[in-house]
Order: sequence, then C-alpha cells, then structure tokens
Amino acid sequence: MSSSAAFLEVRDLQTYFPVEKGFLFKRRLGEVKAVDGVSLSLRQGEILGLVGESGCGKSTLGRTILQLIRPDAGAVILGGRLLTALRGAALREARSDFQMVFQDPYASLNPRMTVFDALAEAMQAHARVPRRELPGRIDALLERVGLSPRAGRKYPHEFSGGQRQRIAIARALAVAPKLLVADEPVSALDVSIQAQIINLLARLSREMRLTLLFISHDLSVVKHIADRIAVMYLGRIVEIGPAADVIEKPLHPYTKALISAIPIPDPRREARRARILLPGDPPSPLRPPGGCPFHPRCLYAEARCAQVVPALENFGSPLRQASCIRMKEINP
Amino acid sequence: MPLLDVTNLCVSFHMRNGVLRAVQDVSFQLEHGETLGIVGESGSGKSVTCYAMMGLLPQPPARIEGGRALYGEVDLLACPRRQLNRIRGRRISMIFQDAMTSLNPFLRIGEQLIEPLMIHEKISRAAATDRALAMLDEAGISEAEHRLKMYPHEFSGGMRQRVMIAMALITKPDLLIADEPTTALDVTVQAQILELIRKMQKELGMAVILVSHDLGIVSGFCNRVMVMYAGRVMESAPTDDLFYDTKHPYTRGLRNSIPALQMKGEELHTIPGQPPDPHHPLPGCPFAPRCGQAVEYCAREEIRLLETAPKHGTACLRVQKEGLPV
Repeated sequence: MSSSAAFLEVRDLQTYFPVEKGFLFKRRLGEVKAVDGVSLSLRQGEILGLVGESGCGKSTLGRTILQLIRPDAGAVILGGRLLTALRGAALREARSDFQMVFQDPYASLNPRMTVFDALAEAMQAHARVPRRELPGRIDALLERVGLSPRAGRKYPHEFSGGQRQRIAIARALAVAPKLLVADEPVSALDVSIQAQIINLLARLSREMRLTLLFISHDLSVVKHIADRIAVMYLGRIVEIGPAADVIEKPLHPYTKALISAIPIPDPRREARRARILLPGDPPSPLRPPGGCPFHPRCLYAEARCAQVVPALENFGSPLRQASCIRMKEINP
Repeated sequence: MPLLDVTNLCVSFHMRNGVLRAVQDVSFQLEHGETLGIVGESGSGKSVTCYAMMGLLPQPPARIEGGRALYGEVDLLACPRRQLNRIRGRRISMIFQDAMTSLNPFLRIGEQLIEPLMIHEKISRAAATDRALAMLDEAGISEAEHRLKMYPHEFSGGMRQRVMIAMALITKPDLLIADEPTTALDVTVQAQILELIRKMQKELGMAVILVSHDLGIVSGFCNRVMVMYAGRVMESAPTDDLFYDTKHPYTRGLRNSIPALQMKGEELHTIPGQPPDPHHPLPGCPFAPRCGQAVEYCAREEIRLLETAPKHGTACLRVQKEGLPV
C-alpha cells in the first residue's frame, strides 16, 4: 500500500465523544473512543468493506472521513487534499467530491419534494447547471440507477424501499463525487432487493471509478462487493486484507468468530461446520477492557493479552494485516 | 395427532383505503418436538400467521376471514378468551424480535418473570422465585439473583433476549413461536441465542416455529420450512428437500440472491421487480410478474398449495401441471 497511489488516506484518526453528567453544571466523566487510531488507504475505484458489530465505531469512522463529525486527531486526505484542515466555504466546496448514502431511505429523503426537485437541488448546490440542462441530466441520472425518467415526477412515499435507496444513491451521485460512503445501504431492505442494490453499487463503482467505503454489519453482504475488507472492534481495525483472503482464512480470532457465525443457507454445510460461540456480549465502549479490546471474549486469550494493546501487523505480505499478539501461533 | 393443525387460515385488514389480504389460505401441521421455519420477506404474512394463532391481532382492523388452528381439540381462532389465555403463555409461548418493547420498562425483571408463573401455575412467590432463578441460570444469565432486581434497560440486547426466552419457557410450553428472535442482534450474539433455543428445545422437547427472513438461519435450525410470499404459502418441505430439491421459482430466486453463497466476481443473482402491492392483489399467482418461468396461465389461474412430491408442497402452477423444473 504505497501512499503515492492512495486516493483516500486516513491517518491515525481519533474521534472521541465526551460523556457528561448533569444538565446545567456538566461534569465530564470521560469519553467514548468511537474511533481510536484508525489508518486506512484506498486506491481510486477501490471498494473497501468495513464490517463490525453495533457500537464498534464503523459509522462514526465513515462520518468522520466525510467530515460530518470532526475528528479529535488524525488526518483525512482525499485526492491530495487535507480534508481535516478545511473549514467553512472551502469544506463546503470540497463536499462535491464525497457523498454519503444512509441506511434508511425512508428518513433520508424529503417527503415533500419530488424526486426531480431533490436531484435538481443537489445538482445545483455544487455546480451551476443551467436550468434547461437539468431535465436531460436528471433523466440520465435516474436511468443510471435503474429508474425510469417518469420517476422524477413522483414523491418518495410512492416508491418501495429498494427504489428509494436507488433515489438516495442518485442524489449522492448528482454532484459527481469521487468517494461514496454507504452506511448499511441494504440493511433495511429485503433479501431479494438487497442483491439489486449491491449489484448497482458495484456497477457504479466500476463504471465511474467511484471509490466506495461500504459499511455493514453483515460480512456476507460485504464479501460480495468489496475488494478488501476491514474488520472493526471497539474503535479499532483488528484485521484488513483482500476480501477473499479475509473470508477464507481469517487471521484475527474475532474475524474467525464473526465468519463462523454467519448462517449459511445450506443445511448440510450448516450441520457440518464448527461454529465458534463467543462468550458474552461486545463490551460497552464506555468501559473498554484494558489491553487487547477483544481479550475478554477471545478463545485464545492469555495473561499478556490483558496488558498489551496490539497494533496491526503484517502477516506474510503487507496486504494482510491483523492486530493480535498471538497471530503467528494461532495461524500456523 | 399433530400438536398444531392449521387449515385454510385467512386474515385480512380492513382499512379506510380498502381491504388488505395479509394471509390467504395458509395450512400447515406441526408435530410434537418439530421445528418449523416460516420464511418470507416483509409483508409476506409470516408474522401475521403467528399473531393470528396467538389472538394477538387487534380486531378491527384485522379480521380472521376463515380457517382453523387446532391445538389438540381446541380451535385457537374460535375458542373463548379465557380458554385462549390458559393456553397461551403456558402451553404456547411467543418471543419477539424486539425484546425491549416486549418487556415492561417499569418493572424489574424479577416481577415480570415471577408473577406470570404465580398466575399460571398457582404456586407461592417463594416457589416461583426459585423457578425463575433456575430458569435465568438455564438461559445463560449469570448472577441470576442480582439480575432479578434489575430493569430491562440495564441489560444488553442479547441479555434481554435471553430474559425473554427465560420468560417464555418458564412454564415449560409444548410450543415456542419465535418471531425473528435474532434480527435485532449482532451475528455473534445471534449464534448464542439460536444455540440457547436449540438447547432448551432439546431439554423440554417442545416444538418451535421460527419466523425469519433469513434462509440461512432456518437451514441450520429447522426440520421443515415453509416459504411465504404475498400472504400465501409458496412452498413447504422438509429442510433438505427445500434446499436441494427446490421446486418453486420464488424459493430458488430467494436462495440464489443470498450473498452468503456467492463470491465477488459475477453479478449477484436478483429477483427483478418489487413485491406486489397488497392493496391491489393480482389475479393468478402473485409471483408471476417477477417470475422467469411464468407463462400465460400463471397470471390467470388461482394457485393452491398441492403436494408435488412426498411431504413437499408447491403452489407453482407450472410445477403442478408440467412438473417443472425439468
């Protein structure tokens, strides 16, 4: 991962949320380290799948990269521009380079605007598109996401969940971004519709050289679309590597458990496979355990795991990394 | 005699903007100790089927238009309220997707566990407390004595679902209806909860109906699977047959569109189009507009679930008439 080829680079990003008590006289009790020192780099057109369970900080990481939440420390560099240093008008202007698609297409579209108006507004917010060019461009955009131009005259409530997510994607694409962060874009959709949206995002990324950060709690969804997969646990990336490698030969004990817990729609394979049952729940980010954040639930943990905070280390090649001090022992 | 025998269940909702047929002509049987999976997408009628049997649908707007649900000699759909109350919660229990909304936030867990037991079993508070402690322990909740004094919000999602399961099983029912019990949970916690239900089922010898949108969960858990679409049963078969000898094009489409089975590279298989609008039911097979196998008569003729192989029911007209797939 040479940094010269990186289109998006995230360096040691930290996003902390204060935990306060009291209404008038607030006392600071501590902080939740939602993103605790994350570094990443993506090539242009690459799709990175970011997975983790609820509360692991994956959404906060996505929002921090897009500067919807400002980080406490660290840097985000997109196409050579240091986003974390931008303020006000300069940041607003830069936003046309990066857009977001949210989980809930019911909540992220204005119910009082027709699809045409919603897309026109987005287009004109960032570029001066002449009025008479709008219809042509919007029709093309709708077609690109698999909707008919007629859809422009309708309101969001007239569409089903899958179609609404297409509209949300069209709106994100209206400003011709180079980076798209999709936060659980298919989690609210039915299985038969999920596949349509995944295919659409994969095609768009391919056709438009769109760099995509695909955030999901569902590894089986991510593995299909992503070039690489990063696994997050309690604010940190615990494993990252090419998608097929991470799925077929996970290195980190947490990734191993996560993969073994995915139900497979194949009764004979289900009956044969050995499932790793983790004890306990994911810890509260308010009181993270010392040492390796995963050690209280880890089947391989020993005494030193509670003391040392492991860093991401290469395994074989620099493409495959995981943060476990016993990585070499447990992956012979 | 089967434990539960449902025949021709029809449920509709009478709304201001028309009648919505939520469940049409659903029939199935459940043997003692058996595990039935009901699979379908949102709006397919899988939950309404269960709610109707448990008398949990508000009437109006819901209306049971027809059918029977025999539990032993008793028709759950027609029996008096008092009789139903004696059966549900005691002989038949139900757990829901969202444990937070099905637990009372104002009551300590202990009260919610102990009181139903005192009512159903007519035993003393002390005896009920002992049973509750044993049950929580069984459900994998440590320090049970201390937990009894806690409120639902003090538990994590997985723990709340364990409490729900403890509550549902404390009367040792013959049948547990689990409506998307793990949908709100993380996968690692989901695996724990499914394991717990499996363990309890083995111990109590009860039958389970697992309602899920996830064919993956059902494949490892159930003896028999029923696939629903637009309020109807499309296919019903022993689990292995449903997966390895799939008859209905909808089941095949659903299975193929699951990303878990596919690797990056080729396009994900999809089912084109959208589910039908329940306010405007189509004549003929409701899946016909999205079906690659549909022919002219599919959009015209009524569908019925018929046995096309031993214990294997399919509602596809082409399977019934022409023996698809060939």
